[in-house]
Amino acid sequence: MTNALSRLFWALALPVVLLLVWWFASAGSQNFFFPPLAAILSTFRDTWISSKIVDDVLPSLARLLFGYVAAAVIGIVLGIPIGLSPRLRAYVEPVLEFLRAIPPPVLVPVLILFAGIGTSMKVLVIISGCIWPILLNTIEGVRGLDEELANITRSYRFTSRGRLLHFVLPGASPLIFAGLRQALSIGIILMVISEMFAASNGIGFTIIQFQRSFAIPEMWSGIILLSLVGFVLSVLLGLLERRVLHWYFGLRAAQRGNS
Amino acid sequence: MLLRVKRSRSSSTAPRTSGAGWLRGVIGLVVFAAVLEIFPRTGLVSPLYFPPLSDILVALGQEAATGAFWISLLLTLRSWAIGLAVAVAAGAALGFFFGSSPFLRRLTASTIDFLRPIPSVALIPLAVLLYGSTIRSTLLLVVYASIWQVLIQVLYGVQDVDPVARQTAVSYRLGWWGEIRHVVWPTTLPYLMTGIRLAAAVALILTITSELIIGTPGLGKQIALAQSGGAVATMYAYVVVTGLIGVVVNILARLLERRVMHWHPSIRRVEAA
Repeated sequence: MTNALSRLFWALALPVVLLLVWWFASAGSQNFFFPPLAAILSTFRDTWISSKIVDDVLPSLARLLFGYVAAAVIGIVLGIPIGLSPRLRAYVEPVLEFLRAIPPPVLVPVLILFAGIGTSMKVLVIISGCIWPILLNTIEGVRGLDEELANITRSYRFTSRGRLLHFVLPGASPLIFAGLRQALSIGIILMVISEMFAASNGIGFTIIQFQRSFAIPEMWSGIILLSLVGFVLSVLLGLLERRVLHWYFGLRAAQRGNS
Repeated sequence: MLLRVKRSRSSSTAPRTSGAGWLRGVIGLVVFAAVLEIFPRTGLVSPLYFPPLSDILVALGQEAATGAFWISLLLTLRSWAIGLAVAVAAGAALGFFFGSSPFLRRLTASTIDFLRPIPSVALIPLAVLLYGSTIRSTLLLVVYASIWQVLIQVLYGVQDVDPVARQTAVSYRLGWWGEIRHVVWPTTLPYLMTGIRLAAAVALILTITSELIIGTPGLGKQIALAQSGGAVATMYAYVVVTGLIGVVVNILARLLERRVMHWHPSIRRVEAA
């Protein structure tokens, strides 16, 4: 009990102090660009706890979710055969290295040509940006599988389905999750800037509208909203990771303890 | 420990550097280039949206003959380099500082975990208001995005220091500086290099983003200009250039990693294989 309390104390101490500093330092602020935190928070409530949730926030999140999940599925499905076959890998590796190195934001103007400025463009942008870290990490994860375990699955005549489900996927999953984590931050970036570049709704679009009309407290509330979105999504991914990889964290902790 | 040894053996026997692998990579690139040429020519992809590769290369040649191209390239590289340098210096300094004491580590952990996932593009409107389309906007975004990569890695590294080595340093009375120089620094260096490699890629993404969205001069702005002007082949030419920069950045980061850590077991093992 005291342990939990002390952890809570350590987790909250600095954030609370920082928020208090922001609150009091900005309290009487006359600076146009840095309004008082109190004003930002009350604007936050008026601005976002409204029809904007349905009109702007949910469409953005839906596009992100759809693109992200699609990228994860495609990346893992393509990554497994490439990771398993050294020959295939040798053919495609340089091409993948180049495609991965293209900074994903430049895909926004490219995909506008193909898909206009609608929802499909944004989902395509998110897919084509998120897919590389997932694909390449899946390849690395499958490539680094333990060879002795691979031989064991052969000796015991695992079916290819059993091999995939009980050996390849779990073995590669720590690296797949590393890829998913990188892809999440890229996905959020692309969600926002595809809306900033060209859109008629969405979080990024709304924030840019606020900035262009010099609605400064509203703009700050949008920045806070985006921060919360980034934080919550990363926590959710962390929870999923803990669930799927609980065996792996246990193994690593045991190894740490031994050495 | 056993697991790690096995991993490295399997990766060192992979045919990564063999002659056949190299040839296959070239074949892969040639096939890729051929697809980019043939699909638009046969109308499988509309050449209006995706010009054949040869057209893109011609456009690239024309652009490369102009001064604007090289100026944009230099401006992009300059923003990237300055932003990366600031992020690495600040991230490493903060990482060593916070990591050096358990008190500071506990105190800052939750704040870092909260600030890190904040998408740096959320700062775009603020940057525009404060700095307009100048390099300072770009630097704000680049530094905010890439500092976390370095900071987090250095924190991991400092935590990874072997307690026995630390106690040895204390027994030998190496002193505060000696302990950092001979115990903490060598342990942290591989983590720091990983952080720099990640930060280099992130910094490039944010540099181009800022040029694309805010209109800071550079390659990203050229892409936006070409797109709004309908110069499709030119736009793709610039996209290719950003990809090539990305490849070069990745290669340079890996070379730097090898050079700085030539003494480290993980690198020595690969070279011996």
